[in-house]
Amino acid sequence: MLVIKDLHARVDGKEILRGVNLTVKPGEVHAIMGPNAAGKSTLAKVLAGREEYEVTQGSVTLDGKSLLELAPEERAREGVFMSFQYPVEIPGVTNAYFMRSAVNAHRKHRGEPELDAGAFLKLARENMKLVAMDEKMLNRAVNEGFSGGERKRNEIFQMAMLAPKLAVLDETDSGLDIDALRIVASGVNALRSPDRALIVITHYQRLLDYLVPDITHVLLGGRIVKTAGKELALELEKRGYEWLQQGAQA
Amino acid sequence: MSSITPPNALAEADVQLDGDYKYGFVTNIASDVVPPGLSEDVIRHISGKKGEPEFMLAWRLKAFQRWKEMREPRWAHVTYPPIDYQGISYYAAPKQKEKLASLDEVDPELLATFEKLGIPLSEQKLLANVAVDAVFDSVSVATTFKAKLAEVGIIFCSFSDAVKNHPDLVRKYLGSVVPYSDNFFSALNSAVFSDGSFVYIPKGVRCPMELSTYFRINERNTGQFERTLIVADEGSYVSYLEGCTAPMRDENQLHAAVVELVALPGAIIKYSTVQNWYPGDKEGRGGIYNFVTKRGKCFERAKISWTQVETGSAITWKYPSVILQGDDSVGEFYSVAVTNNMQQADTGTKMLHLGKNTKSTIVSKGISAGKSSNAYRGQVLINQRATGARNHSQCDSLLIGDKCGAHTFPYIDVKNAASTVEHEASTSKIGEDQLFYLRQRGLSEEDAVSMIVNGFCKDVFRELPMEFAVEAQKLLAVSLEGSVG
Ligand SMILES: Nc1ncnc2c1ncn2[C@@H]1O[C@H](COP(=O)(O)OP(=O)(O)OP(=O)(O)O)[C@@H](O)[C@H]1O
Ligand SMILES: [Mg+2]
Repeated sequence: MLVIKDLHARVDGKEILRGVNLTVKPGEVHAIMGPNAAGKSTLAKVLAGREEYEVTQGSVTLDGKSLLELAPEERAREGVFMSFQYPVEIPGVTNAYFMRSAVNAHRKHRGEPELDAGAFLKLARENMKLVAMDEKMLNRAVNEGFSGGERKRNEIFQMAMLAPKLAVLDETDSGLDIDALRIVASGVNALRSPDRALIVITHYQRLLDYLVPDITHVLLGGRIVKTAGKELALELEKRGYEWLQQGAQA
Repeated sequence: MSSITPPNALAEADVQLDGDYKYGFVTNIASDVVPPGLSEDVIRHISGKKGEPEFMLAWRLKAFQRWKEMREPRWAHVTYPPIDYQGISYYAAPKQKEKLASLDEVDPELLATFEKLGIPLSEQKLLANVAVDAVFDSVSVATTFKAKLAEVGIIFCSFSDAVKNHPDLVRKYLGSVVPYSDNFFSALNSAVFSDGSFVYIPKGVRCPMELSTYFRINERNTGQFERTLIVADEGSYVSYLEGCTAPMRDENQLHAAVVELVALPGAIIKYSTVQNWYPGDKEGRGGIYNFVTKRGKCFERAKISWTQVETGSAITWKYPSVILQGDDSVGEFYSVAVTNNMQQADTGTKMLHLGKNTKSTIVSKGISAGKSSNAYRGQVLINQRATGARNHSQCDSLLIGDKCGAHTFPYIDVKNAASTVEHEASTSKIGEDQLFYLRQRGLSEEDAVSMIVNGFCKDVFRELPMEFAVEAQKLLAVSLEGSVG
């Protein structure tokens, strides 16, 4: 489904991604771990098309179609979803209005009729249940005054609404309390499907207890330096990243 | 996105031009235009054409005398080449039958023009709850729902008709809020105004529908100088809407209107404007100079609320104000002003607290894009007598791109210590993070911008009547087209 080859990207004259290779198949869950400033969020944003980051080399394809030439909204409509590490506030715009516009932009792209207010509300209610979100959140401005945990729930709610092919979740677990982590992770689990791939960026094993990855990668210094099964996360929890540092310098 | 229309495409033909400004067409209609220039003779001519009583002519001539002694104001944060006041024609009227008994007699070309603007004038087709007065160039061509309003004693007619049929009301209130000597443009308007709308709501009457005036400039080289006078008698209520458009032309046209509101004790007037005069092209050629004086006077317990959405005009110079003369009266000003490309706006309000326990609220949202300049200028005056007066002002600016400018000029003058004045201001840029967030969810860049801007303006939009709010949102999106990327 997703094939990343030798991806290099820079921002502000500084090379952050230095040759990332990654292949994700439909139905798989990949975890990406790595120390702070390794380039994990950068990878997520480059996949989603943030223009600030200049891709200098390499390729990214989704189901054989190159993503790099597409605008962020076109990638989104092709099925790329990113859950933000720091979701922003959009004052004065209700969650409901925002999501309805987004859902309808996707539907239009697929040549489907737009959802009317009633149908939208029905769909939204179902999906809010998934992450145990209060319905009142629909009428609040997007992320405005939301607690850290509420923002993360809102991200997964949006993922559910947009039903992407590929979801990149950037530290969705950070900021969640113990119960919320369980709820959100089970929400994401419910969204797993044979034709949907997930990339989960995290620092902690906790999330992976609930959301068990098929493959775990370590991103370090802008490259994937180690790839293994789910047991890798446990090992990192014990040993940190020090032992991988050497390999990265080479 | 549609492309911009080269100025030479501005044919005289009645065609919808393929440009960003969808109201930029010209109606091909015979009209009666007075040759350019301003003199006593021209004023006598205008007054004579309209068959005005002597008091009107005398008032006009006094205004003209005063105007000749005045100078154009230069304090606004706008720049434009000198205006040649002798190069403007001060009267243009579509040629049609002298007296119109009903809408059926209005020139079909004119009706078609208003249809095209989305203002159907035939009463059957009208939105059930809006009565419309349509002003084409300088002349009111049709007022709908007159009969229904008359049943409850409401007068809603063109200014010319009011001068003829209700001279006592006109005489009593004309210039009572904006004297002809108030400023350069109000003096000019007082001398040459050709028409406009007049409203009188009798004591205790709640106007059963929205009243609305639609202004349209069509002729080349003409100025439009209309006058609106609304008198709400004790305990009455009226909501009034005003919309404006003009053809695309590559010269500038002057629009100097005066609006006077009188809210007698306990009356409420809600005045909403969606101003969409032609703003000029992307290089700043053409567009309307919108130099307007709007002011209301509140007697005891009365309330005047101005809501404006200003997206058009090359230059906007406009400060809808409230004189809070009576005790316990309330003034409100809700404004969205958008400037893009080379547009300039200097707009805001004046709240003059004269009475005790008077209250005012100011919410101003300025949005600047392109190379435009957008200034908020507001004055809050609390007089010695105004014990217990309260004002709250909130002025927010939103910048799109880095070539535009936003300025805030608040003047606060408090002469009574037992009063409260609060002023909050903010300036922000549309964040790349916000844009990216919305686009990541599948919204186009333009939809993302318009969503953020609409959210920014929400506090003002919710003051607008429903249909107007929808129109305002769409207008905003159109005005900001191409402002990012
Ligand atoms: N827009 C930017 N301008 C300048 N530097 C940037 C920018 N974005 C990222 N960087 C730098 O790139 C490096 C990688 O950042 P990134 O956010 O991808 O790290 P991360 O792996 O997600 O870290 P964390 O675990 O702390 O979230 C950091 O040194 C960061 O400062
Ligand atoms: Mg990160």
